[in-house]
Amino acid sequence: MKNGKTTLLWGLGFGIVFGFLLQKGGVTKYDVIIAQLLLEDFTVLKIMLTAVVVGSIGLFTFQQLGWIQLNPKSGSWGQNAIGGLLFGVGFAVLGYCPGTIAGAIGNGYLDATVGGLVGIVLGSGLLAAVYPRLSVGILTKGDFGDLTVPELLKVNAWIVILPLTALILVLFYLLERAGV
Amino acid sequence: MNWLTATRWSPYAVGIGIGVLSWLTWLISSKPIGCSTSYARTAGMIETAIRGKQAAEKPYYQKVKPQVDWQWMLVVGMVIGAAISALLSGDFALIWVPSRWAATFGTNVGIRLIVALIGGVFLGFGSRWAGGCTSGHGISGTMQLAVSSWISAICFFIGGVVVAFLIYGLIG
Repeated sequence: MKNGKTTLLWGLGFGIVFGFLLQKGGVTKYDVIIAQLLLEDFTVLKIMLTAVVVGSIGLFTFQQLGWIQLNPKSGSWGQNAIGGLLFGVGFAVLGYCPGTIAGAIGNGYLDATVGGLVGIVLGSGLLAAVYPRLSVGILTKGDFGDLTVPELLKVNAWIVILPLTALILVLFYLLERAGV
Repeated sequence: MNWLTATRWSPYAVGIGIGVLSWLTWLISSKPIGCSTSYARTAGMIETAIRGKQAAEKPYYQKVKPQVDWQWMLVVGMVIGAAISALLSGDFALIWVPSRWAATFGTNVGIRLIVALIGGVFLGFGSRWAGGCTSGHGISGTMQLAVSSWISAICFFIGGVVVAFLIYGLIG
């Protein structure tokens, strides 16, 4: 049932909801994403951090009930810090990300369709070309595997989730007070 | 049903929606929301179509198979979902140059497309280097409290903020 019809249809359906939500949030727009990166309007961060709070409370509850098995990505400093910074360059230069660009295409934005989309596919192919060298070199530097923050701190997941939630709520309060 | 035709929702409402959606993708499909792997699969499909088996044998495409899967369909669905939302609110518009870009750098379509292409190359390269994007690491990975995802997400924004200030502060 790996890539069966039902699986693919669920993917399509979830994607329709996800794209709908991103468009309603305004993050399919270049202007909204650039305003976030220029620290003028925190819409992107508000959406992401709200999703993280709601998502983590649900996911860790489901995991405790034995309904799901979470699968945190493994990584390393060489992989996540350097890859993350390279991604950040593209994030600001293009003004969309790989997810929101799909929404931008649906929104009718042609710089996303003709420019950005082609670039993302090219960039992915480029990484595939140099991957054999990277995978035995820089991607292994500072490897920490599929470590989670609770494992790192040697505490129960809820000891991380509850303070994190409180911190994010305080941040939202401050952002709203500042009017950004 | 005013909410369906509204142009914008509160970011908190959208965030709650995405959080609940991620519960459902885990409960029903046992998968986190993510996007960037699909572009790598697409690159692999194009390379395989042009160069055949030789491309499919690349180590990266052995790991990330050039085929349509759940996440690839998710990305297709996102185009449709955003179009539905934009059409319902009258926000759909064919636009070549975003207004903020135009106000600073002018309305030349060619320049915007070249810059968008270059930005896209960095995004594709960087997301595959980091093993995820703003969705896979930034939302799905951080909510699983993965160290790899928190480092990635923080670096996405550090890189993005620095370069945005360079573009609009120094050049613009």
